[in-house]
Amino acid sequence: MSKKMKVRNLSKTTKSNLITYGMVIVAYIIVEIFLRAGMVSSLIEGLLVPLCVYVILAVSLNLTVGISGELSLGHAGFMCVGAFAGATFSKCLENVITFGILRFTLAIIVGTLCAALFGILVGIPVLRLKGDYLAIVTLAFGEIIKNVVNVIYLGRDSRGFHISIKDTISLGLEDDGEVIIKGAQGITGTPNDSTFLWGIILILITLFIVINLINSRTGRAIMSIRDNRIAAESIGISVTKYKLLAFSVSAALAGTAGVLYAHNLATLTALPKNFGYNMSITILVFVVLGGIGNIRGSVIAAVVLTLLPELLRALNDYRMLIYAVILIATMIFTSSPGGQAIQERIKLFFERRKTKEA
Amino acid sequence: MKKALSLLLVGAMTLSLAACGSSSSDSAATDSTTAEESTTSESTDAASEESTGATFKIGGIGPLTGSAAVYGTAVQNGAQIAIDEINAAGGINGYQVEFNFQDDENDAERSVNAYNTLKDWGMQVLMGTVTSTPCVAVVENTQADNMFQITPSGTAVECIQYPNAYRMCFSDPNQGTESAKYIGENGLAQTIAVIYDSSDVYSSGIYEAFAEEAANQGLEIVSAEAFTADNNTDFSVQVQKAKDAGAELLFMPFYYTEASLVLAECNSQGYEPIFFGCDGMDGILAVENFDTTLAEDLMYLAPFVASSEDEQVQSFVSAYEAAYGETPNQFAADAYDSIYVIKAALEGANATPDMSVSDLCDAMTAAMAEVTYSGVTGKDITWGEDGEPNKAPLVVQIQDGVAVEL
Repeated sequence: MSKKMKVRNLSKTTKSNLITYGMVIVAYIIVEIFLRAGMVSSLIEGLLVPLCVYVILAVSLNLTVGISGELSLGHAGFMCVGAFAGATFSKCLENVITFGILRFTLAIIVGTLCAALFGILVGIPVLRLKGDYLAIVTLAFGEIIKNVVNVIYLGRDSRGFHISIKDTISLGLEDDGEVIIKGAQGITGTPNDSTFLWGIILILITLFIVINLINSRTGRAIMSIRDNRIAAESIGISVTKYKLLAFSVSAALAGTAGVLYAHNLATLTALPKNFGYNMSITILVFVVLGGIGNIRGSVIAAVVLTLLPELLRALNDYRMLIYAVILIATMIFTSSPGGQAIQERIKLFFERRKTKEA
Repeated sequence: MKKALSLLLVGAMTLSLAACGSSSSDSAATDSTTAEESTTSESTDAASEESTGATFKIGGIGPLTGSAAVYGTAVQNGAQIAIDEINAAGGINGYQVEFNFQDDENDAERSVNAYNTLKDWGMQVLMGTVTSTPCVAVVENTQADNMFQITPSGTAVECIQYPNAYRMCFSDPNQGTESAKYIGENGLAQTIAVIYDSSDVYSSGIYEAFAEEAANQGLEIVSAEAFTADNNTDFSVQVQKAKDAGAELLFMPFYYTEASLVLAECNSQGYEPIFFGCDGMDGILAVENFDTTLAEDLMYLAPFVASSEDEQVQSFVSAYEAAYGETPNQFAADAYDSIYVIKAALEGANATPDMSVSDLCDAMTAAMAEVTYSGVTGKDITWGEDGEPNKAPLVVQIQDGVAVEL
């Protein structure tokens, strides 16, 4: 009884946040039960870790786009930094630290910190820009990172590390040497450390960081800048500091997602598909369709929109066409005035039924 | 209200399209089943009654959408021809064969998804994947499941790093080494310029092996210039450098679309070295708006020449042209051969469809050691334990607008 009272006394936002956490945990428990019972198809089983990656990416981008109000198109770039930093770390220490959990934890920390560092470096000059200009510069950043990674050759032998931007021959490795990053061929043979449990833990940590940030003094400062920059400045809020904070936290979390991504597949290459402009837009689509500033919406949108093209495989050639049509339909339904009117009506319909039942 | 109407229309469109999709695939399915029925009725005396029940399920993975779709489609078509021929001739060990090809968009992650989809379908043997990077990711999974895999065109070394995986085409290093050997042994040139695509695994892999072997052959690489996928329309700088370095031979380990541009650029700069390419050059004569006289005397390594007099090649090419209205490229040929190699391995292992995936793989890998295969991409091909095919590379030269074997 007393517990029930407590739940009622909680504020509306806290309740909503608890629902978000609960949703993730319940999803984990259900999937885990099905996994144990062997009732999950291989397709879904293989999709579990990528789903976690996209959820983390969507939530972290929502911090920049929704809370801080800046349009960033370079999110995949930070993911790329995290992925390559984490994978390089794991590859180097594969034989030193044989305890998988410890190595992966360290790899996540390394990847996250590297992405955060890039977030700060990029953020300092870039956050002075506004609107479209910010979008253009972040877009360029994402492409630059991808191209830089594609020309880096990194090798290791008894004399230490060698780096080149030409080819593996110019690394001049000793006979015992090993090439870690092979330019366009990327990193192969990353230890397969990512698991669904790790993904869920990282999602919960991401949600915890983002939600607490939003509901803190800092979060309110960030949102005040979004809503009215001049008013925020006039009451003594440091615009650069708070904007940079939101941007670099968002970048760091994207790096975490990158590490998870890199340790899920045996091969890691920086293609336009996975770390380029396409990926940044895909993540932005998750955020926009899930609702800008709506964290729970991002989680749901990332899951649904990642599953959809895979579940539509049965339709063969029409798969991508239908995926596009569904995206457009969702956009109309959630964002256009007409779609919102329908939403209102549906809401009203359910509320009336509820009151009747009551 | 208008918006609501448009939403309704969008919904209706989706549904109708979905209906289209399923109905067309249904009709295709019925076609193939009727074909199967007719073939089984023909070959009833050859095959026992078993053939009506169990079937071998072969899966394929490759890009059917996106920029690499042309390779995936060719592989799908080539493999389908082989499957149809096998089914028409009574199947493998008396069992019919089913083939399911899934799209991976040339993306490692999607490729693993496609693999898992095929596993849910009940795939027993994998013919794939078409491109290298996804192949490296998928081979981890086939190794974990111990599933027999043969890639028609995944050229990276790591594609077949496990004992369950085999390759139909030449590997990247193999092509680089063979090219350098051919140039050195035939004394084609002493000074060589290389242009390669540093953003492409295939191209940079060949270049590295080529550079290594060139040193052994006493060849001198005087200029090595890279381009990337984002920057592959203007080659004036690279050609200029090759020309300034005075190279007698220009080595071009990349695909024919870029090669046609390089050849045109060389022509406009008045630079006439010997041109040498790899199997990606196959198809250069079919490039639109390309003056094919520029490709005259171009030499390249090719596993397959569509104009060959060989009987097997001729029957494959005519079947392909009849079915798809175009000349098959090397990808289609590799896929066609891959399916027949799977057939040879299944027959060698005396396999039946009720065997588990893992047992099938063990039996097939054991049988692969004994397989000697002659097909459209080479004669008397054998496979070592590393999964690499042992076949002689073919050097082709374009003479009077036709690719001729040297």
